[in-house]
Amino acid sequence: MASIEPVGRDAQAEKLRRFGIFLVLVFGAALFSVPFLWTVSTALKTNEQVFAVPPRWIPDPVEWSNFRRAWTELPFPTFVFNTVLVTVVSTFGQVLSASLVAYGFARFKWRGRNALFYLMLSTMMLPSQVTMIPVFLFWRQLNLIDTFAPLIVPAFFGGGAFTIFLLRQFFLTIPRELDEAAMIDGASPFRIWWSVLLPLARPALITVVLFSFIGHWDDFMGPLIYLNSMEKYTVSIGLRMFQDMFGTQLELLMAASLIHILPTVILFFVAQRYFIKGIAMTGLK
Amino acid sequence: MAVREITAPEKAAPAAGAKGRRGNLYRSPGFWGMIFISPWLLGFLLFTAGPMLMSLYLSLCKYDLHTLQFVGAKNYEVLLTRDPLFWKSLRNTALYVLFSVPIGLTGSLFIALLLNHKVKGIALFRTLFYLPSLVPAVASALVWQWVFHPDSGILNYGLSKVGIQGPAWLVDPDTALPSLIIMSLWGVGGGRMIIFLAGLQGISDELYEAAALDGAKGWTIFRNVTLPMLSPTIFFNLVLGIIGSFQVFTSAYIMTAGGPDNATLMFVLYLYNNAFRYFKLGKASAMAWILFAILLVFTVVQFKQASKWVYYEGGEKE
Repeated sequence: MASIEPVGRDAQAEKLRRFGIFLVLVFGAALFSVPFLWTVSTALKTNEQVFAVPPRWIPDPVEWSNFRRAWTELPFPTFVFNTVLVTVVSTFGQVLSASLVAYGFARFKWRGRNALFYLMLSTMMLPSQVTMIPVFLFWRQLNLIDTFAPLIVPAFFGGGAFTIFLLRQFFLTIPRELDEAAMIDGASPFRIWWSVLLPLARPALITVVLFSFIGHWDDFMGPLIYLNSMEKYTVSIGLRMFQDMFGTQLELLMAASLIHILPTVILFFVAQRYFIKGIAMTGLK
Repeated sequence: MAVREITAPEKAAPAAGAKGRRGNLYRSPGFWGMIFISPWLLGFLLFTAGPMLMSLYLSLCKYDLHTLQFVGAKNYEVLLTRDPLFWKSLRNTALYVLFSVPIGLTGSLFIALLLNHKVKGIALFRTLFYLPSLVPAVASALVWQWVFHPDSGILNYGLSKVGIQGPAWLVDPDTALPSLIIMSLWGVGGGRMIIFLAGLQGISDELYEAAALDGAKGWTIFRNVTLPMLSPTIFFNLVLGIIGSFQVFTSAYIMTAGGPDNATLMFVLYLYNNAFRYFKLGKASAMAWILFAILLVFTVVQFKQASKWVYYEGGEKE
C-alpha cells in the first residue's frame, strides 16, 4: 500500500498526525453506521416502542419474532427464491459473456476492432431509459412479460460495457507469452480463454461477480416494469409492497429490509480479500 | 499491440466454428475476435441499436400500446413549451446533480485519502465506509424514510440533542429534495471511493519521496503530486457520476413518489410515470432522448475540458 511517508520528518509529529486521522475515521465510521444501528434497533422493537419519544436505542423487550413475522406475513421465501434465481443466473451470464468479449477485445487485432471497442465504451453514456420502452415492447411481443426472461436473457449478451472494460483491462496485464505457450501446445482460443486467462484473472472475476451480483440483487426498475404477479416478485418489489401494506409497522419493514441487505453484506465479506486488489490490478484510473 | 505470428502444429485447429481453418489460430484474428465479441455485438444490435432506432421513431409518435399515430415533433414541442412538470422534473434533477455529484465526489476522495494511511484497524474502517453502498436501493430508501421521520426519526432526535429543531424533511416541499441529496451522500464510501483508493495506490512512492526531498509539505504535495496523478480517476468518476445522478429514480419513487407538491419529481420518475402509468409511450421516449442529449452535451464538454486538467502519465490516454 502506498502511503505518504514523509522522509526525515519528526516521528512525533507523524504519530500525532496518524492519531488525528484515526480519530476522524472513528467519527466518520460512527456517523455512517447510525442508519444501520437505527435499522437493527427498530427491527427488534415492539410497535409501541418504535414511536416512543424520545427514541430508545436498546429495545426492551427484544422482539426477535419481528423477523419471523416479516418472513411470513408476505410470501418472502418466494421473493427470496425468485431473486436468488434471477441474480445467480444473470450474474453467471454476465460474467461468462463479458469474459469472452473481453478476451476478444484484449487478444485479437483486426480492422475495425478499435472502432467496435469505442462503440462499446460509448454505450456507457447511454441512459437505459432510451432503450427501456422498445425493449419492453419487444418482450411484450414475445409474450414474456411477467416472466424472468427479460431480467435474465440480456445478461448473456455481453454483460455490459463496464464489466467488459474491467475484464479487458485485466487481461491486458496477463503476459501474452502464456497464451502463445498454450497455443504451441495445441490449445484452441476457447481453451486458452478457459485454462490460461480465466484462472489468472481470478481477482478481477471475483470483483466482477460481486458487482454483478449486487447489481441484480439490487435491481428495482427491471422487476418493477416486468413482474406483475406476486408469485413472481423479487425481494425489492416485495419490499415495496410491504411498504404499502405495513407502512406503519416500521419494525416489520426494517426487519424485512435487513433480510434484503444481508446477502450482499455476506457476499462482500467473503469476497473482500480480492476486491480492492481486483480493481487496483485492472489499472482502472 | 502487435499480434505475433507463430506457427502452431496442424492439429491445433480446433473445434468450434473453425472448420476448414488450419494452422495458427491467431492467424485469423478477425475471425476469432468477432467470434468472441459476438455476444456483445448481438446484444448491441438487439438491445441497444435496434431499440434506439425504434425509440427515436416512437418519440415522434403518439402511442398508448393500442394505437400508433405519427405526430412529428409534437411530443418534443409539448414537453418543451407546454409541460410545466417536465421543466419541474428537469430543475429538480439538475439541482440534485449539482449538489450530490460535487459533494459526493469530494467526500469520496476525502475518505479515500484517509483510508490510504496505515492506521490501526484500517481494514475495518474500509468495510464500515463501504457497507452503506452495499445496501440495496429499496432497503436504503425505506431506512432513510424512517431516519427522516419528523417526530420519531433518529435524525431529528440527534438534532434536538444539539438544540436544533429539525425540519419535516421529506414531508416539506422545501426540504424534500435536500433530503434525497443528503441520503445520496451515505454512499460516498462506495464504488467511487474504492476507485479513488485504487488510483491513490497506483501513485508511486518515488514521486512522494522526490517531493519530500524538495521540501514540499502536506498540502503542496497533495496539490502538486496527488491531484495531478489522480486526475484521470477524478475525471472518470465525474463523468460517470453525472450520468448516474441524472438517472436517480428509486429513492424518489419509494420515499416520496415525487411529492410533496412535485418537489422531488425527478426526470426519470416523470419519464417512468409517462411510460408505465399514463401509457404515453411516445412522450416518454421523447423525454428519454432529451435526457440522452443532455448527458451527451455534458460528456462532450467534459472531454473537451479534460485536456486542461487531466494528466495522463506518459502523455497518452489509456
